[in-house]
Amino acid sequence: MNDSSDNEPVKTKRRDFLGLLLGGGFFAWIIALFYPVVKYLEPPEIEEAKVSNVKIGKVEDMAKDSGKIIKFGNKPVIVIREKTGEYVAFSAVCTHLDCIVQYRKDYGQIYCACHNGRYDLNGRNISGPPPAPLTPFEVKVVKEEVIVHEKEV
Amino acid sequence: MNNENKKSIKERTYSWLDERFKLSALIDYAKKKSVPKYRETIWYYFGGIALLLFVVQVVTGVLLLMYYQGTENSAYESVKYISTKVSFGWLIRSVHSWSANLMILSAFIHMFSVYFLKSFRKPRELTWYTGFGLLVMAMAFGFSGYLLPWNELAFFATKVGTDIAGQLPVIGEPILKLLRGGEDVSGATLSRFFGFHVAVFPGIFTVLLALHLIFIQRQGMAEPADWKDMPESEKKYIPFFPNFTMRELLIWLIVINILAILAVFFPWELGTKADPFTSAPIGIKPEWYFMFMFQTLKFLPGEILFLTGEFVGIAAFGIAGILWFLVPFWDRRTPSGKRNTIINYAGIFAVIFIIVLTTLGYILD
Repeated sequence: MNDSSDNEPVKTKRRDFLGLLLGGGFFAWIIALFYPVVKYLEPPEIEEAKVSNVKIGKVEDMAKDSGKIIKFGNKPVIVIREKTGEYVAFSAVCTHLDCIVQYRKDYGQIYCACHNGRYDLNGRNISGPPPAPLTPFEVKVVKEEVIVHEKEV
Repeated sequence: MNNENKKSIKERTYSWLDERFKLSALIDYAKKKSVPKYRETIWYYFGGIALLLFVVQVVTGVLLLMYYQGTENSAYESVKYISTKVSFGWLIRSVHSWSANLMILSAFIHMFSVYFLKSFRKPRELTWYTGFGLLVMAMAFGFSGYLLPWNELAFFATKVGTDIAGQLPVIGEPILKLLRGGEDVSGATLSRFFGFHVAVFPGIFTVLLALHLIFIQRQGMAEPADWKDMPESEKKYIPFFPNFTMRELLIWLIVINILAILAVFFPWELGTKADPFTSAPIGIKPEWYFMFMFQTLKFLPGEILFLTGEFVGIAAFGIAGILWFLVPFWDRRTPSGKRNTIINYAGIFAVIFIIVLTTLGYILD
């Protein structure tokens, strides 16, 4: 009797320690098991060729009062030729939920068909759900050639 | 010995199986099973309808897999091939699309009837939770399957849908990447959605469905709340087998006919191929069961107080969904035999909200 009562606390401690070791080991094992799976699901970064400007054709190629989507690297950019003949360009990705915007002649505005968002021709969000303006791009005309540039910060 | 020989083949097969699998226990169980007969018995058929349509989905889905190719360059072409070149390919695809929609519709009806009849109350909480899980999975099936033909409408629906997931604080960004397989909706997204649609979701769905059905078998059909104090003699039942089963089979026959009519006379459109460099088409719409949420987002302004409109919308739907899911938990009155009118009002509000916003979604520009 005396013997066992003396040994008891030691035994419990030893058992607790073993339990902790086993539990911790099991936990680490679970993490080691799932870590590769979680990392696997994370898509690797793809190296993209950096695009700084895109030629889109001659000045007269685009009708006045019209817009089109161009590829700027792997991003869509909307280029609009205003009624006055001026060119403007913005990121075509709606700031609301990632849809691609379009130029609407009837409104004279940039419009997103997904949730009726509207931007003016300065890219400002003026009605509907878009929370922010469109990122502007620069358009330069060099020797009758229209070139879209990333805006310098 | 003599006696044994006189038995017909049917009887002998039965006793052979019975000795090994105790068939008689199952048959006794089936005999005892019954469905309460009252004004609302009609609603008891809708779970079965959803089940039938799920089976149709599995069969037609496997058939589509024989020709479908889940890559950016061949998905649209392979669906076109199925619809134009493969014998009855148009029919299989059309049935798959229509059946998916009818399945979600029946699941919605099933859920609302369970909600209003308060069949989620003790002891059926887990049946409700698994049922809710099944509905969410059915919508996930719809959302992922919608992208697979890789057409313009699906492309933008997926952009919007995944972007909504990306609005969540902290976990939004990793979830967005996990779903899209990158920053943008691309061929990588198509591969992932294909994997979800034909492997991940069927696995999860099957487990939930098995649990849902086991719970129902263990507990029997829910009886109306006011039967609690009624004398046994006034309660009416339909035997599950064969009476209820035969009726259910008859309804299945009708559903299959409706499905056939829809699939043949209103074949599902394919639309134009997705192009990541075109504007979203005017009049773009999601599938009808997402319409009420889509339309609500359209109405919300860009900013509400200091939060973005979409975040407020998404958070509101999220909270409403969680409350709906947890209804057996917070409804404390119904189990104690009292009427809980808040439950009814919340349910009626949900139904009206969904109907009104869905209608607006279709009639407004």
